Amino acid sequence: MSATEVRSLSTNPLKSSQPLGAAYAFLGVEGAMPLLHGSQGCTAFALVLFVRHFKETIPIQTTAMNEISTVLGGADHLEEAILNIRTRANPKLIGVCTTALVETRGEDFAADIASIVDRRADALGDCRVVLAETPDFRGSIEDGWSAAVAAMIEAMTQPAARRDPERLVILAPSHFTVGDIEVVRQTAELFGFAPVVLPDISGSLDGTVPDRWIPSAYGGTTVADIETLGAACHCVAIGEHMRRPAEALKRKTGLAYTLLPTLTGLAAADRFVALLARLSGRPVPASIRRRRSQLQDAMLDGHFHFGGRKMAIAAEPDLLYQMASFFAEMGAETSVAIASTPDSAILDAVPAEVVVGDLGDLEQRAVGADLLVSHAHGRQASERLGIPLFRVGFPIFDRLGAQHRRSALYEGTRDLIFEVANTLIAADHHHPTPESLDPLRNRETLHDSRPSPEPRRH
Amino acid sequence: MSLKARIASVFDEPACPTNREKSETTRKKGCSKPLTPGAAAGGCAFDGAKIVLQPVTDVAHLIHGPLACEGNSWDNRHSVSSGPDLWRRSFTTDLSELDIVMGNGEKKLFKAIRTIVERHDPPAIFVYSTCVAALIGDDIAAVCERAGERFGRPVVPVEAPGFAGSKNLGNRLAGQTLLDHVIGTVEPDDVTPYDVNILGEYNLLGEFWFVKPLLEELGIRLRAVIPGDARYRDIATAHRAKANMMVCSSALINLARGMQERWGIPYFEGSFYGIADTSAAIRGICGLLVEGGAPADLLDRAEALIAREEAIAWQRIAPLKPRLAGKRVLLNTGGVKSWSMVDALQEAGMEVIRTSIKKSTEEDKARALAALKDEKHLFDRLPPREIYRMLADGEADIMLSGSRTQFIALKAKTPWLDVNQERHHPYAGYEGFVELLKRIDLAVNSPVFPALRAPAPWDEAGRLLDAPDMPVEVTHSFRKFAGGVLEDADDC
Repeated sequence: MSATEVRSLSTNPLKSSQPLGAAYAFLGVEGAMPLLHGSQGCTAFALVLFVRHFKETIPIQTTAMNEISTVLGGADHLEEAILNIRTRANPKLIGVCTTALVETRGEDFAADIASIVDRRADALGDCRVVLAETPDFRGSIEDGWSAAVAAMIEAMTQPAARRDPERLVILAPSHFTVGDIEVVRQTAELFGFAPVVLPDISGSLDGTVPDRWIPSAYGGTTVADIETLGAACHCVAIGEHMRRPAEALKRKTGLAYTLLPTLTGLAAADRFVALLARLSGRPVPASIRRRRSQLQDAMLDGHFHFGGRKMAIAAEPDLLYQMASFFAEMGAETSVAIASTPDSAILDAVPAEVVVGDLGDLEQRAVGADLLVSHAHGRQASERLGIPLFRVGFPIFDRLGAQHRRSALYEGTRDLIFEVANTLIAADHHHPTPESLDPLRNRETLHDSRPSPEPRRH
Repeated sequence: MSLKARIASVFDEPACPTNREKSETTRKKGCSKPLTPGAAAGGCAFDGAKIVLQPVTDVAHLIHGPLACEGNSWDNRHSVSSGPDLWRRSFTTDLSELDIVMGNGEKKLFKAIRTIVERHDPPAIFVYSTCVAALIGDDIAAVCERAGERFGRPVVPVEAPGFAGSKNLGNRLAGQTLLDHVIGTVEPDDVTPYDVNILGEYNLLGEFWFVKPLLEELGIRLRAVIPGDARYRDIATAHRAKANMMVCSSALINLARGMQERWGIPYFEGSFYGIADTSAAIRGICGLLVEGGAPADLLDRAEALIAREEAIAWQRIAPLKPRLAGKRVLLNTGGVKSWSMVDALQEAGMEVIRTSIKKSTEEDKARALAALKDEKHLFDRLPPREIYRMLADGEADIMLSGSRTQFIALKAKTPWLDVNQERHHPYAGYEGFVELLKRIDLAVNSPVFPALRAPAPWDEAGRLLDAPDMPVEVTHSFRKFAGGVLEDADDC
């Protein structure tokens, strides 16, 4: 269920903008350089958020539009930026992400880029230029991410002459961490697949220390892999926002896809593993069955901490769905569900009443909840409401290791159960008091306005 | 009195029905069954003594022994204090090899007491003996006496070394310690005709605070709740109460009887678990007070309060009833709960399929039988394998028990709720019973269990089963690959 409303004020925004999501996706491609087509502030803010989240140098550039170039048209700035990046960083791919500034002015960016690529073919060499049209005034991280992946497929993927039964395309959603991608890849490999994950931030943003200075993204999906995606046997798209790139891939190469809205939870993980078994014709390996059993035990041990709890989630649509369906499976209720954007079809499947809004809405509605679930900016609401915050999504700038936390498949769900339960346990510092238990209090409101007493920490 | 003599005396308990039925010779042997090495479970006498005494909140509890006795057991109970938290701090003399060989134990103990006095200045210190301290012959009583004089406050020796016997023995030795050293040592100047003590109430999770305001509304004065949320002074003046309620436990029966003998305080046994029991407990307290000289209108006021509170409780239970109706419960707790919970659960619409009567008295057993009609619903002890089988076969929808059997239920993918000491929710009084039913509802209706019981989509060898739960758009697209052979790949 979803409900939208028109409002004039956003208080404590939940959203991060589309170009940031697109740049994020380009960072999952080897040797790519995201280029935000806008004023330099657009890039600087995105860069700061990335750096705070990943604690890494993030390659990202700007066309540095100014007043005059905006009025006269930005094609010159775009060309200059592309050529400069080519000379200085020698990337394999330049991912142009438009911003609200240039989209408001309105130009034919595709034609401009085609012309640049055509005229400056010598200078560019094998460097590819891909355009993602991602105005800030629409959508959010998921939309930008999805647009960038679709743009890469549209621009680079070639129809395949033959299919490789061991090749499997996995279109990863924007909320997948490095840890999630690693789990998904390893699981696919256990069935004998050589999976191509797009975008693959596990190779580029996993926090390693290379032995030399590399100015562009290193690691990630290779350009060659993107070009030959069509040679795979099947495509698994994870999250509703990956439907658009999956459709693009199907249109260009005829590759069929399966869209799995989430890989979190026992049932969701079963679906993915059963799909791999079916595609590969192999039995489910013992190691995976062992992890399934570990998850079952985690559910048994964990459900005491979830039962009857009220969760208040504010997140991007697919992440919102992932968390709310996970909580439902564990016996917790999602009492507040705030989505960053209204357009995703997945919002209808969220097991809660969805409101499109911001962290101000979260703070207003989450009174009485047991746990806030959002990105790091939820901390203000958490402090004021005295409700613990469980950090998910992007950005998480006040905790270390966000990129290695996982929530996908059996082991990710197991980790998630423990993390959420531990957060709840740690927050139970309210010892019972005579006042909190007094049965004569609140007698006028007979029907249980008093919340159940908190379970005590061990 | 030697330890041996003291043990014999606490076991010869005239108020204990089991003891009364014994012959003179068997009575002398006491009631501690010899433990079977290799097949024993449960706590020792030290554990039992500490359980009873440690919730006294403003006292420093000092364990005289090597580290394990205290180091492995501290801060593991869920009693709650409304004030001092000194009781939660762990103090031990941590006897070392050198201390033992050189005979430094008593000196170390004295110094430890001094350090506690200097740092925390508690109104009293309880010093617990342990096996090693007893074995090397440290005279704890003498050290305590000396320290008490020196530091100007009670230093109470609790002589219940672990090897003396079971946890139950330790409970009784602790009660005896209170009788011998604490109760009656302070004269209160504020006695009323409404003063009562509650014995054997631990205030787990603060659950007694569900009950206390109701008693106070009737004008009843709680002189001492022993030991939950107690202060040393409360217990020292407990001999001036007009009535004692002993909470569902024969563990402190010697304390109740001792107080009756020495100070003429009548007592009754009751429980705050379940609606009917809570009402009976309130009636019991008021009845004894009126017999002891309190104005008779107390009884009428009690009935009015009981009627009001029961009505509110049932009103709050009503929405839960449809969710609980017909749920089958395996009750594996024993003691008083073998029947007291049966009544309560049946009242809420659940069916108790079997109840354990381990640790139950003959009277308990009779009441359990009355509640469940047929002896086949009673069992003394079920082996874990049998419990697992019953639950895995779906003979019960939930097991209520202590944490020892928790994993039998969980591994059988069956809802389980802790109703014993280690539980995490307060269940006493009317409010507590509503809370218990809410917790049963959450457990028995948790979606986790159907999800876990659903079979994996593959067989034991990992081979996919026939009917995969796959979206339609998928099935057709990879039907070609089902055999693992890729043909006609181009229109895939």
